[in-house]
Amino acid sequence: MSGGLSTGHDGGAAGFVRERLVAPQPPPVATSGVVAWCRENLFSSPLNAALTLLCVLLVIWVVPPLVKFLFVDAVWDGASRVDCLARPDHPEMGACWAFVIDRINFFTYGFYPIDGRWRVNVFFALLAFGVAWLAWLDAPRRDLGVAYFFVVMPIASIILLLGWPAIGLPRVPTTQWGGILVTIVVATVGIVASLPIGIMLALGRRSRLPAIRLFSVIFIEVVRGVPLITVLFMASVMLPLFVPESLSPDKLLRALIGVAMFSSAYMAEVVRAGLQAIPKGQYEAAMALGLRYRQAMRRVVLPQALTVTIPNIVNTTIGLFKDTTLVFVVGIFDLLKTIEAARVDPNWATPVTSTSGYAFAAIFYLIFCYGMSRYARMVEQRLATDRKSR
Amino acid sequence: MARNATAAAEAPTPKTPLFRDPRVRGIAYQVLLCAAIAFLAWAAISNAIENLARAKIASGFGFWDNTAGFDISQMLIDYSTTSTYGRAFWVGLLNTLLVAGLGIVFATVLGFAIGIARLSSNWLVSRMAGFYVETIRNLPLLLQLLFWYNAVLKALPSVRESLALPGGGFLNNRGLFLPQPVLLPGGGWALVALAAGVMAAVALRIWCKRRQMRTGKQMPTFWLTLALVLVPPLAVLALSGFPIGFNFPESGRFNIRGGIEVLPEFMALLFGLVIYTAAFIAEVVRAGVLAVAKGQTEAAYSLGFKPGPTLRLVVIPQAMRVIVPPLTSQYLNLTKNSTLAVAIGYPDLVQIFAGTVLNQTGQAVEVIAITMAVYLVISLVTSGLMNLYNRRVALVER
Repeated sequence: MSGGLSTGHDGGAAGFVRERLVAPQPPPVATSGVVAWCRENLFSSPLNAALTLLCVLLVIWVVPPLVKFLFVDAVWDGASRVDCLARPDHPEMGACWAFVIDRINFFTYGFYPIDGRWRVNVFFALLAFGVAWLAWLDAPRRDLGVAYFFVVMPIASIILLLGWPAIGLPRVPTTQWGGILVTIVVATVGIVASLPIGIMLALGRRSRLPAIRLFSVIFIEVVRGVPLITVLFMASVMLPLFVPESLSPDKLLRALIGVAMFSSAYMAEVVRAGLQAIPKGQYEAAMALGLRYRQAMRRVVLPQALTVTIPNIVNTTIGLFKDTTLVFVVGIFDLLKTIEAARVDPNWATPVTSTSGYAFAAIFYLIFCYGMSRYARMVEQRLATDRKSR
Repeated sequence: MARNATAAAEAPTPKTPLFRDPRVRGIAYQVLLCAAIAFLAWAAISNAIENLARAKIASGFGFWDNTAGFDISQMLIDYSTTSTYGRAFWVGLLNTLLVAGLGIVFATVLGFAIGIARLSSNWLVSRMAGFYVETIRNLPLLLQLLFWYNAVLKALPSVRESLALPGGGFLNNRGLFLPQPVLLPGGGWALVALAAGVMAAVALRIWCKRRQMRTGKQMPTFWLTLALVLVPPLAVLALSGFPIGFNFPESGRFNIRGGIEVLPEFMALLFGLVIYTAAFIAEVVRAGVLAVAKGQTEAAYSLGFKPGPTLRLVVIPQAMRVIVPPLTSQYLNLTKNSTLAVAIGYPDLVQIFAGTVLNQTGQAVEVIAITMAVYLVISLVTSGLMNLYNRRVALVER
């Protein structure tokens, strides 16, 4: 700093004029290339260098054993536990994928009758079609897509999965459902029920009618204030008390009611945030045009509010999808429960069976949840550019 | 619309039919809603009375003082099979609060560390923190708990082949056994000295703060505080010849006796909750720090602040305003998620009360209502406390 500066020996304006030239500096070592990148991003200070080394050690400690367990030492085919036990020629045992492959139908369909499994596959296809229609933001006739997703598909799926002897589909009681089927059914019911109910509750919470507002606030805050497990317990032990004995709902339906209540309360808050993001002028403009409350909401406010909340709706859906595992606690055979049941099967019980089963479930949930979170981020970016270009 | 306009023009006081009057309609809607709720409540209650009578289940809270007759594997207060259901409730509540309290502390520490790491200029550090967050957030907590419990802790060696830890502890599939510090006679003075040290440190901090406000002079309070807290108890201990003993766990044939026993269920639940919640807290922290405008940091640098004080005095106080509200909901989520204990058998409130007590008494309505009320109260108290803190850090507007 002070090097070549004269600090004003003859005073006045020339005080900061340099008197002698600074020697030319050597050229910078490198500003691009691998070395420069490493210097800047990994070793910019002693602390950073230490952190980098620590991270490298951590990676070395974690990644090779993981790869070894999941792929190198893994057993891909086998018929029973013997194939997944350590042997002299295979001393370190990795994941027992043979177990997962052997039980994959159980993990997917539970106890669903074998000759009826095509019905489950058709249900998966119907659902995938509906999700794709709604998720593709430029799809044609998305209004029809909404009708399909919230009305046609649920009814068709119920008929398909439960059966309707009159049209030749034998009945399959829900006690025979299981695995991924139940996980997907619980998540779908949660979403299909929670959006309409959540929108109603959110509008109710912003209503100017005190009784409706009070009811909405109490429902939302109580359900959000208690854990999902207690809601599920309530649905599974209290609900049968509250209805006449002849109407007692079956176990899966009870859990579905609990999940629908829970997800509606969370969805209501998400939608409310979206409603609050809409400027007051939009409401006033709709009123000024003479639209009635319902028209104003349906044609003006909700389309805008729901569009800006799509990322949050998807994020809530991710939470809901993970929370579907909790139905396990009230004895429903979801994916986790089928894994829990299969891993203690004496035919497959080995030291690595549990970990293999959990690894399979982890991959399943990771793919779905990560996919949804990428989608939410994509929509968010698109909305951001939309807003900028307007 | 045109019709309305002409109607308004013709009649200065338009006579709307009663059912089109918004006020009348509003009242009608509310009456309808109340009637529907009242009808549902009446139907539910009458059905419940009938069903309970048929199943010969008592109602009311009389069961509270009945003998529970079951064992609980972890308790912070005295409890035995002859204790009452009420006692079992308190045991479960304390176990829930224990795991939630410890979980909140550890998850905060880990979450802040990972959140800051995600913002690091070090490419590898930020990438690894990001990988942690993305993986952990996208896996169900229940799956993680089952993994920790069944695949890690239950796969540890059995009691006879316990892993001996340095310092006299043991680790096996029945849990973690640690030496328990015991105060011998005379050790109480060390506690007194510790309390005195803490009080002196607090007083010093307040005095330094006042002095700084008055004169602008700073003092190295950190080292002074540390010395005040640590030196007196250590000095007292040294003078009285270290009157602290340890109750070491001893390995027997079938079990380990003595020491502090940490259940594998507790460890699995704590690990799972901390690791899961830390990922969410990391995102909260990252968003909070990013919300502080870059100009704030640059302004602090141009005033001559070093990076450390810039972070401590300029960035973090502003980030906390953004962080506190979502952090509160993460704390509440952790507390609510602790109910997953029921899946791995940790005796928390839900497992003891909404599980065992409900099964034994059959009084579903009362038991579930009490359980829900407890979590509602915890939620309200936690958010109340955090709101208090939030008001302290919130922006004071002119």
